[in-house]
Amino acid sequence: MNQLYDVIIVGGGPAGLSAAYSAWENGAKKIIIIERDRELGGILQQCIHNGFGLHHFKEELTGPGYAHRCIELIKDKPEIEVLVDTMVLDVLRNKTVIAVSPAKGLLQLEGKTVILTMGCRERTRGAIRIPGERPAGVFTAGAAQRMVNMEGYLPGHKIVILGSGDIGLIMARRMSLEGCKVQAVLEICPFSNGLTRNIVQCLNDYDIPLHLSHTIVKIHGEGRVTGVTVSKVDEKMCPIPGTEFDIECDTVLLSVGLIPENELSRGLMLEMHPLTSGPVVDQHRQTSLPGFYAAGNVVHVHDLVDFVSEEAEIAGKFAALEAQGKLDKNMRTVKVNPIDGVRTCVPQKLSLPQGGEKAKLFMRVAAPQRKVRLEVKSGDTVLVSRMLPVAKPSEMIAVEIPAEKTALMGDEITVGLKQ
Amino acid sequence: MAVETKIMNCIMCPLGCEMTVTIEDGAVIDVKGNTCPRGAQYAKDEVTAPKRMLTSTVGIKGGLLPLLPVVSAAVLPKGKILECAAYLRNVTVQAPIKTGDVVVKDILGLGVDIVASRDMEKI
Ligand code: SF4
Repeated sequence: MNQLYDVIIVGGGPAGLSAAYSAWENGAKKIIIIERDRELGGILQQCIHNGFGLHHFKEELTGPGYAHRCIELIKDKPEIEVLVDTMVLDVLRNKTVIAVSPAKGLLQLEGKTVILTMGCRERTRGAIRIPGERPAGVFTAGAAQRMVNMEGYLPGHKIVILGSGDIGLIMARRMSLEGCKVQAVLEICPFSNGLTRNIVQCLNDYDIPLHLSHTIVKIHGEGRVTGVTVSKVDEKMCPIPGTEFDIECDTVLLSVGLIPENELSRGLMLEMHPLTSGPVVDQHRQTSLPGFYAAGNVVHVHDLVDFVSEEAEIAGKFAALEAQGKLDKNMRTVKVNPIDGVRTCVPQKLSLPQGGEKAKLFMRVAAPQRKVRLEVKSGDTVLVSRMLPVAKPSEMIAVEIPAEKTALMGDEITVGLKQ
Repeated sequence: MAVETKIMNCIMCPLGCEMTVTIEDGAVIDVKGNTCPRGAQYAKDEVTAPKRMLTSTVGIKGGLLPLLPVVSAAVLPKGKILECAAYLRNVTVQAPIKTGDVVVKDILGLGVDIVASRDMEKI
């Protein structure tokens, strides 16, 4: 017999856990989390550094510490069931979820609502096309992180890191602490894509050089990496001939970005956003298909897990309300258009009841800027305006729009930067 | 008197405020640009005695994983971080372990404990 769940959650990382807790708090009676790893917590379990939780738990935690807090919240609740070591194979548009596990075999679950919280994965060497040999010793930074922090072996001893995203920076420090030599971090952009604090405490502290506007043009080695050739790049990110130099190394770590993991969302034919690579959602995190919600890195890649939890709590709440038939059906849709220097904005639309509803927008800018004004406008009316001392693509900007302001919106609003 | 100003990024939280720090004879006399008081404190420490948290792993026997993540219970002198990390490479504990359990007491006599940052049940 198939059981009917109020909320089925695909993925037991921070988004899934926070969504489950919030669904429970909001009255859902039958919730299930399906996780493919052997334990809950997702990627946080390998992010052993600290700096998590300052917003959400008002305390600085390590990744496993943050996961632990989230797990404690859902533990021992009869309304919340957990399946680990279980892979979701397919999600159907009628909210049937098909999964498989070594312990239970093939499972078919039916839900009133489904929350997609699959997170993201790393871009690989294939995705960025580095020419050269194909020797052993090239890893994504996240794969190396799992080896070093959970499995107990080192990927190598002399390291070059391509990409200055946060995972790359964190791994530069981590490898240094394990006694390895990190030769350099190379970044193709003229600015780093990581948090400033990570440049300071992960690179500067260990005297690791960061070469901006540089990339690897060749990987050397037969069997095993022996070094890389590096070149400066021009504004179009093309290598400049004559600027090449070699760096000796036995390992190359790639930290070249994350991509939301959306095979299931695509299978469901959800409307996807070309820039975030995630499903288009409203402020409740409902996707284009009623009853399907999405939250966390599957929607857009976050820099702070705290915002992942916040977003997932919203999804959990509204999925729970929908499962109980408490969601307002008479809502109008307002489109959110990022313009003038704002690259992406989530949610991409708002579903507003009469009288409006408080909404929070999460944005990324296209390029670093100083002293700019962020404006949320409906036509010529400025709804919210805020001065930003600095705006960087690596740091997500959040603004809240009060309910009474959302009531003033036309069919479309814009979010943009003004000098 | 030697007065100098330094641009410094606070690392106490992900905001990473850019601060202008005025230093006179090796002491901080003014901090601008910090959003909260932790920034000013960080600037003072950074100039006189920089400190860092340490996160690493130790070996664990009898648990789900071969490694246990650990964190310093408080900040350590920055100059001692590598030495502490090297020390931790040779530490192995026994499952079960609970979050917050002390793994190394008073590491290298610096007055700071190293504690577990996750649970690890015995299997
Ligand atoms: S000054 Fe305060 S708000 Fe700014 S980075 Fe430091 S701790 Fe964060």
